[in-house]
Amino acid sequence: MPLPKPKMPLRGLFIGMKITLQTGLRTFFPRRGIKTLIPAPSLGAHTVQYPHETEALAPRSRGVIALKIENCTVCMLCARSCPDWCIYIEGHKTKAPPRRPGGKERTVSALDRFDIDYALCMYCGICVEVCPFEALFWTPEHEYSEPRIADLLHDINRLDEWMETVPDFEPYEAGSDAKVKKVPR
Amino acid sequence: MTDVLTLAVEFSYWQQSIFRTLGALVFVILGAGTFVIVFLFKMMSFMQSRLGPMEAGPHGSLQLLAEVGKWLQKEDLVPERADARLFKMAPYIVLASTFLIVVVMPFGPDAYFTNLDTGIFLALGLSSISVIGILVAGWASANKYSLIGGLRAAGQLIAYELPMVLAIVGVVIQAGTLNLQGIVAAQHQGDIFGWGGIGNPFIITQIVGFLVFLTATQAELAQPPFDMPVAESEIVTGYMTEYSGIRFLLFFIGEFATAGAFAAIAATMFLGGWAVPFVDLDDNIMNIVGPLVLFAKMMLVGFLIFWVRFTFPRFREDQLQAFAWKFLIPISLVNILATMVLKVAF
Repeated sequence: MPLPKPKMPLRGLFIGMKITLQTGLRTFFPRRGIKTLIPAPSLGAHTVQYPHETEALAPRSRGVIALKIENCTVCMLCARSCPDWCIYIEGHKTKAPPRRPGGKERTVSALDRFDIDYALCMYCGICVEVCPFEALFWTPEHEYSEPRIADLLHDINRLDEWMETVPDFEPYEAGSDAKVKKVPR
Repeated sequence: MTDVLTLAVEFSYWQQSIFRTLGALVFVILGAGTFVIVFLFKMMSFMQSRLGPMEAGPHGSLQLLAEVGKWLQKEDLVPERADARLFKMAPYIVLASTFLIVVVMPFGPDAYFTNLDTGIFLALGLSSISVIGILVAGWASANKYSLIGGLRAAGQLIAYELPMVLAIVGVVIQAGTLNLQGIVAAQHQGDIFGWGGIGNPFIITQIVGFLVFLTATQAELAQPPFDMPVAESEIVTGYMTEYSGIRFLLFFIGEFATAGAFAAIAATMFLGGWAVPFVDLDDNIMNIVGPLVLFAKMMLVGFLIFWVRFTFPRFREDQLQAFAWKFLIPISLVNILATMVLKVAF
């Protein structure tokens, strides 16, 4: 099918050049009024100069995964569902005192090891989804790069420390049937 | 005023030669550096609503030095199957053609390297040497992407050499000389319909030639929208694919130094060169003011070149050739004809 012939062949070129020039001027001279001609590109640019200033992150942004140790029952669902196999869990059975006086001693599982290798993790969030006991949480913290790749393996204590940075859970939009998590404090 | 600035010492020939060589070198390097920092780093960023390099030096002004330092540290790799001698030679051929263009550039009444009667002819001839360097680079790399890039570059540079030369021919006809100083003088002493206030910069009468020249320059520099030889989404980086370290740096400098050189040619041919209206051409002060004036005009042309570069996406390879042969060359031929007729008529 032949393309329709443009009415003014070069018009698009000039529109494009006008747009780039306008954006350039708007970035370089963002001020209006009497100060128009004072260049201030830092004000005009849409980008954020990252190490000096940080962007406001979206709620529920995926930075790092935090672990609430007390909630974990060593069910291994997260480790099994992890596509990258980057969660390492070891645990043992132990006796816990009865809930009511005179009751039987309970058998509970205790965590020995809970590591997440963030060098492997692809931040899919399946582990957080599948956890039935609300032990895993997303936090927006993301500045945890390391000079050594082995240090990206966060052990149980490090994962527990991230709990402090978990923000309060923002409710979903009306009509959503996703379960609302309560953040344990 | 001019007496104050007249140098008390008369320089001998060898001293003048050293000054001229240094001046030409400084002009090329400084021009290329300014183009990179002002246009590539900053203006491009602003046009995309971002700030560009900000860390090295105040507002990233030392970024270029940092980049050069980075490239100098990198290993100078030569591919195993490459023709090592040719491979190493290629960037120097490209860079040499750029430096040689400046040989005929006039910066003032006495501030020039050589004053040849065939100045612009030599400059355009020398500028086409870079094709050989690029072809050599593409062939010697022993890499299919490099070879395709090199061949594309050769086809493109040859196709766009023609409209460029033909656009210049219009100016030459109007000025009646090939000498660059003569062309500057012709613009300075000309008049617009009898009014000689600001001379007659040829951009007014040769506006078609100016536009054709700028378009052809864009293609000669292999800059977007004509960057098929280095089209990174198709053929990696074309003839530069296998280059690293200092040799890549040389190609990089070459690209922007050539941009500077072509901008200087355009400024001389169409914008009146180093001359300033109302100031006598032989005035001694022009040896100092002239280079600055030429540099300012060069930045103006550079702005146009880079503005287009940052605005348009890449053409297709066949559109590129069709554009040169079916559009630019006929237009510049018509321009030459019109110039000839008008030259005879007036």
